[in-house]
Amino acid sequence: MNNVIVLVTATNGLLDAASAELLTIGAGLGPVTAVVAGEAGDALVAEIAQYGPAEVHVVSCPQLTDTLVVAKAALLVDRAAETHAGIVLVASGLEGNEVAALVAAKLGAGLVTDAVAARLVDGELAVDKVVWAGKYTVTATVAAPIAVLSMKANSCTPAFVPAEPAVRQAHFDYTATAPVATVISTEPAAASSRPKLVEAGVVVSGGRGTDGDFAPVEALADALGGAVGASRAAVDAGFAPQPLQVGQTGKTVSPELYVALGISGAIQHIAGMRTARQILAINSDPEAPIHRLADLSVVGDLKTIVPAVVARLG
Amino acid sequence: MKILTCVKYVPDAGDEVGFDSDLRLGRTGPSSKLSELDEYAVEQALRLKATMDDATVTVLSVGPADAEVALRKALQMGADEAVLISDGAIAGSDVFGTAAVLIAAAKHLDEVGLVMCGMSSTDAGVGALPALLADALGWPLLSNAAEVSVEDGQARIVRTDEVGTRVVTAAPPAVVSVTDQSGEPRYPSFKDVLAAKKKSVTTLGLAEVGVSADLVGAGAARVQVTAVVRNPERAAGRVIVDVDGSSVDDIVEFLAAATK
Ligand SMILES: Cc1cc2nc3c(=O)[nH]c(=O)nc-3n(C[C@H](O)[C@H](O)[C@H](O)COP(=O)(O)OP(=O)(O)OC[C@H]3O[C@@H](n4cnc5c(N)ncnc54)[C@H](O)[C@@H]3O)c2cc1C
Ligand SMILES: Nc1ncnc2c1ncn2[C@@H]1O[C@H](COP(=O)(O)O)[C@@H](O)[C@H]1O
Repeated sequence: MNNVIVLVTATNGLLDAASAELLTIGAGLGPVTAVVAGEAGDALVAEIAQYGPAEVHVVSCPQLTDTLVVAKAALLVDRAAETHAGIVLVASGLEGNEVAALVAAKLGAGLVTDAVAARLVDGELAVDKVVWAGKYTVTATVAAPIAVLSMKANSCTPAFVPAEPAVRQAHFDYTATAPVATVISTEPAAASSRPKLVEAGVVVSGGRGTDGDFAPVEALADALGGAVGASRAAVDAGFAPQPLQVGQTGKTVSPELYVALGISGAIQHIAGMRTARQILAINSDPEAPIHRLADLSVVGDLKTIVPAVVARLG
Repeated sequence: MKILTCVKYVPDAGDEVGFDSDLRLGRTGPSSKLSELDEYAVEQALRLKATMDDATVTVLSVGPADAEVALRKALQMGADEAVLISDGAIAGSDVFGTAAVLIAAAKHLDEVGLVMCGMSSTDAGVGALPALLADALGWPLLSNAAEVSVEDGQARIVRTDEVGTRVVTAAPPAVVSVTDQSGEPRYPSFKDVLAAKKKSVTTLGLAEVGVSADLVGAGAARVQVTAVVRNPERAAGRVIVDVDGSSVDDIVEFLAAATK
């Protein structure tokens, strides 16, 4: 039997959608121990329980905030040993991928980062990863006895499997065996009243073609109840903050509707939004590559069209 | 202090790369080159060198003989010396195999004070090597930096990720990786290109850096590729040319249907 460890994260005490997905993927692989690094209130534990874990471990660790990723990785290694885990799942991201790497190194495990699916085939773990700007899906099996995976958001639909997991409170003290980096200040990610970019059903993104005026982008996003995204050119030019960047070095989104305003559709941008169900593009250049994959392509000026659309949406 | 900068030779994103019969990504597309994300590492290494006394920049790559192309580009940007670790046995390595070689090389070279990396390779895109290097060397990890500086013997980075924005410090030796937000890489001038012609690339085999062949290659890989499928391309949909707001009705209708 494959015991599975899932590193669960929450924002303002609410389970992240990516964590609900991990719990669902984990439940398909073996008995799941959900690990919360830090604190968890009853509400969060109850939310976790909806996705079928066998156990929930809430592990306090004083060193989490002043180290970068090492304490979190060590905490997971400790839980993996405790539960004899064969599979460790964390959410993809700059931090998630590093945590996965360090855990895999310590456990001598096989590592796949940014996986989009994981299943058991004749008892062997098979993992899918999308590579090369979305062109290929590669399937790999993990030869090592333990597998550590970081999973991309929007890989599955979380499934409710209400459970009554055993809840354990634990404590982990990280003691460094070599010099480690020190976090000297943390500014939490800016809060927004809009849905989270990676979880949103509608994403409206602006590019260099906005010329620095994101008001039409935001107005359309709000009219549709969606999130705001941006191309890297828009981020580089200071039109939008980096956490809103969609693409290879930004977020991967998979909404019902993606709207690209003044975005040319470079391969690195497409990599982050190609699985959207419907795409609308407004771009004044008829030759822009985005027109080759949008479901509705409008060749025109976003500055006049978008306000008129927003007015119509009321 | 030596700033050892790890760079990968990768196919260009626009290349039509295929997979070999052994399911390995064809490493050499028609326009393979220095990974764009590693240009940021070279750029930051050069900028740090300019702020320090007695710093030199050595670029290091693990790859096929052709990877010299990537190292040459880094030399044109201004790196002082280049080392290529190339060995038939390395082909087919997973990230741990590549890490084993880079770690051995970092130990083999003298006076390394900083190891600089990009945030991810543009082909494999693992985002793991900097953490693995730091762990194995027993050095602090200052990763995914949008800003880097070294002052009064302390390396300092600013990093933005799912946690928020953090300022992180460590005393060298340390491993640093930088994102594509760290500052645009320089473009070598004609003079730089000429100057780079005088610099040499040292090629070493596994034995020379002291890596045993059973740590690398497909045999040592903990993850085995079993299938590669080409994903369907998205097809173009309806294209309409807007004249004085003529597209608004169609857009509103499309949005209503898409968000139903
Ligand atoms: C390693 C690497 C990683 C990268 N990662 C990412 C990533 O994660 N995300 C990303 O987005 N990019 C990424 N890029 C950059 C990418 O290659 C492109 O440079 C970028 O996506 C271009 O952004 P853009 O479409 O906004 O700008 P441009 O390519 O300049 O396009 C602007 C578009 O706006 C249109 N336009 C201008 N005015 C108007 C108007 N009034 N109305 C309507 N349309 C108008 C123009 O016709 C043009 O097509 C990466 C590049 C590299 C090398
Ligand atoms: N073959 C290689 N040779 C040298 N450096 C590499 C190699 N592969 C990866 N790196 C470095 O490690 C970083 C992260 O790569 P990865 O973990 O493969 O995504 C890259 O940006 C490079 O700096």
